[in-house]
Amino acid sequence: MRNQKKPSFKFRNIVESRLFFPLLALILILIFDLIFVPGFFNIEHRDGNLYGSLIDIFRNGSTVMLLAIGMTLVIATGGVDLSVGAVMAIAASVAGILMNPSALRNEVFFVTDPTYTFQPLWVVIGAALVVSLICGLWNGVLVAYMRIQPMVATLILMIAGRGIAQLITNGLRVQITYRPYAYLGQGWIILPFSLYVVAIVFVLTWLFTRKTAIGMFIESVGINFRSSFFSGIDEQKIKLLVYTFCGLCAGIAGLVASSNIRTSDANNIGLTTELDAILAVVIGGGSMAGGRFSLLASMIGALVMQAITQSMYAMGVPAFALQAIKAVVVVFVILLFSQQVRNLVRGFSSQKKEV
Amino acid sequence: MSEWNNNILEMMGIDKAFPGVQALDKVDFTLRRGEIHCLVGENGAGKSTLIKVLTGVDHPEAGKIFLDGEEIHTRSPQHAQTLGISTVYQEINLCPNLSVAENILIGREPRRISGIDWGKMNAQAAEILKNLLDIDIDVTQLLGTYTVAIQQMVAITRALFISSAKILILDEPTSSLDEHEVQQLFKVLRKLKENGVGIIFITHFIGQVYEISDRITVLRNGKLIGTFETSAIPRVELIAKMIGRSLEDLDEMSKIKLETSKHIRTEALLKADGLGRAGSMTPFDLELHSGEVVGLAGLLGSGRTETANLLFGIEKPDRGSITFKGSKITDYSPLGSIKRGVGLCPEDRKAEGVFDDLSVRENIILALQANNGWFKYLGVQEQYKIADKYIELLQIATPSPDQPVGNLSGGNQQKVILARWLATNPHLLILDEPTRGIDVGTKAEIQKLVLSLADEGKACVFISSELEEVLRTSHRVVVLRERQMVAEFSGEVDENTIIHAIAGSEE
Repeated sequence: MRNQKKPSFKFRNIVESRLFFPLLALILILIFDLIFVPGFFNIEHRDGNLYGSLIDIFRNGSTVMLLAIGMTLVIATGGVDLSVGAVMAIAASVAGILMNPSALRNEVFFVTDPTYTFQPLWVVIGAALVVSLICGLWNGVLVAYMRIQPMVATLILMIAGRGIAQLITNGLRVQITYRPYAYLGQGWIILPFSLYVVAIVFVLTWLFTRKTAIGMFIESVGINFRSSFFSGIDEQKIKLLVYTFCGLCAGIAGLVASSNIRTSDANNIGLTTELDAILAVVIGGGSMAGGRFSLLASMIGALVMQAITQSMYAMGVPAFALQAIKAVVVVFVILLFSQQVRNLVRGFSSQKKEV
Repeated sequence: MSEWNNNILEMMGIDKAFPGVQALDKVDFTLRRGEIHCLVGENGAGKSTLIKVLTGVDHPEAGKIFLDGEEIHTRSPQHAQTLGISTVYQEINLCPNLSVAENILIGREPRRISGIDWGKMNAQAAEILKNLLDIDIDVTQLLGTYTVAIQQMVAITRALFISSAKILILDEPTSSLDEHEVQQLFKVLRKLKENGVGIIFITHFIGQVYEISDRITVLRNGKLIGTFETSAIPRVELIAKMIGRSLEDLDEMSKIKLETSKHIRTEALLKADGLGRAGSMTPFDLELHSGEVVGLAGLLGSGRTETANLLFGIEKPDRGSITFKGSKITDYSPLGSIKRGVGLCPEDRKAEGVFDDLSVRENIILALQANNGWFKYLGVQEQYKIADKYIELLQIATPSPDQPVGNLSGGNQQKVILARWLATNPHLLILDEPTRGIDVGTKAEIQKLVLSLADEGKACVFISSELEEVLRTSHRVVVLRERQMVAEFSGEVDENTIIHAIAGSEE
């Protein structure tokens, strides 16, 4: 047996950890909220469920967290998936039309009965996920087998995807009233139900990548795909896998998002969220060039993104100014990760050690 | 003139540490004006680190650097260049997707009002190449389309072209050059030397050290062993200083070789019939036997690497066939080969071998894991066991199996790749330049290892630019010329016969 090193809690080790900088960013934002936003940390109990700004960060962040899980793997192979927002819209449209197909007859039919659905829930969810899986597969084939650059390959679906989503719903917005479906984004079991969805996807993905060789293969493809080929790793299959998986994650995110706003709005669901997801991974320390990845760090990255938005709302920043201010904050967060700042913090920690 | 004034560069008490490794420990180094100064030592001795400190890639923890008697702090390679320190690194650091002319003149392009004057630039680049190194190539072609040797020459040209260079550093420039190209390079170096340029030359070829250098500085494990006048130190003494022990007797190798040759099986493990690929390799027949080391000799570009790639399935043959253990192969791919029990240690370590950011452990188990597939994951304990075994066996200098391979020296990276293939326990191991850029001591270790693998009943293909090494290690030597197999020798062969075969000259 190998001597396992005792875990030591030296400051330096913490700084070297992958999670340190994303967590630092999150904590800084929360400290800001603590000082400037009264009541930000208040948590209410209602009917045994918890509500409050903090809970909202998790609830509203759940779509980006879901996207970030898939995106982390794609970015680890050195690629990027710009189509996740569009795939969300497609999944939402498929789910919407299967619950309320009135749009196909070109009529807007407001269902008021919360128990009415055209197809049972498992068909609705199953079909939406299969379609998003196919979307991911399409991206994967283009990138892995057609050798198209990831940004270009996924741009195709990013642009075409919303059109497809509109075609599915005949260009109409579909109202979603079916209550069991709405539970996905709006349900509450002490904590928001969407959080459990995120947790399940996260744990399964972690097991899938870290308890098999797949995680290591993804990293090796991202670090050096030629060496991977020489070492007998099927780089094409790995890429196909991650893009397909990313599509699936986007589909789940699409279901959660549409359930939350109770419509399948092909034009607006998941709009620009692909960029949030990419930023979440980057804030989590993922390199766009590919390589080492950490799912947990990406999750924290997604929370940082949402915490920024939530703080802006809480401070009463008007919606039209939100994007601009968010950009400024993101720049600061990204600066935290620059090598210069890291070296500064490392320098600080090693000085402390000498003292 | 005092000694001081003749020194163009002085480095004093340089310290540099990397995670877990003291790369340099109070190292002093001086370079005189118009001197070719060789820097030698084993892998991980600190040669590359010393150069990186000088050129501003790494920053020393202690020590001072004086250029022309003035203290300098190099901040970056660009800064070093403006100070007059130019470098050609061991691995080629150019842009393969730019043209040769662009690579040479990048940042110094001739301009006119509308932008870059391309015609003038190409003409200028061609002229520089012709004048400096006497090479005549199409400079408008992408650099990546040329051989490694040409790319290396372009890298040297670029470093030389920086006209104000007071100091030129060459980090293993000759490891991928053939004899003629080496002589070209040496001609250029001598010319520069006459012009008063100080040249730091890092190489593993001891013959070249004696041919070109004025002084030699020996490093070992990050410590300075000493600086010597080349004329005053005999070869054996130098090698002894480099490796800190006396070199294995050549007789021992040939004894082992003779001993192991008894175990060569007669039936073929692998048989290639008319195997070839248009534009890459003329069809050839080759038989490999268990227990035998077959050496491939030939010049750069003669088809050595192409042969290895065809046998391993990197390139798919478009004619002929391979029979392995009596059955015809249909699946030509690296994974197919690994499953059959064939391994290939590729020529280009950086591009085709290592994964910088993965740990030593992961690098070692990767091919084995690829063989096992996605879901039959080796447990972490198992991984450590395998990694520890090969770190021990191959004496890989790493503070821990969790160290990223990118932090190791070139030779140790090579050992890690070797370990990766040994871990798959192959029947046939193809080694393409396994000793490239590796110090004398490790070279001998690897050669011995190859013979001991044959003794265990494995078949080996050994490819090297150094003919002496091929002869010393192989039971049978196959000679390649212009992508053809031209001759085969077994038993005791005289070096001259093979050189003639390589050159293609009739006696």
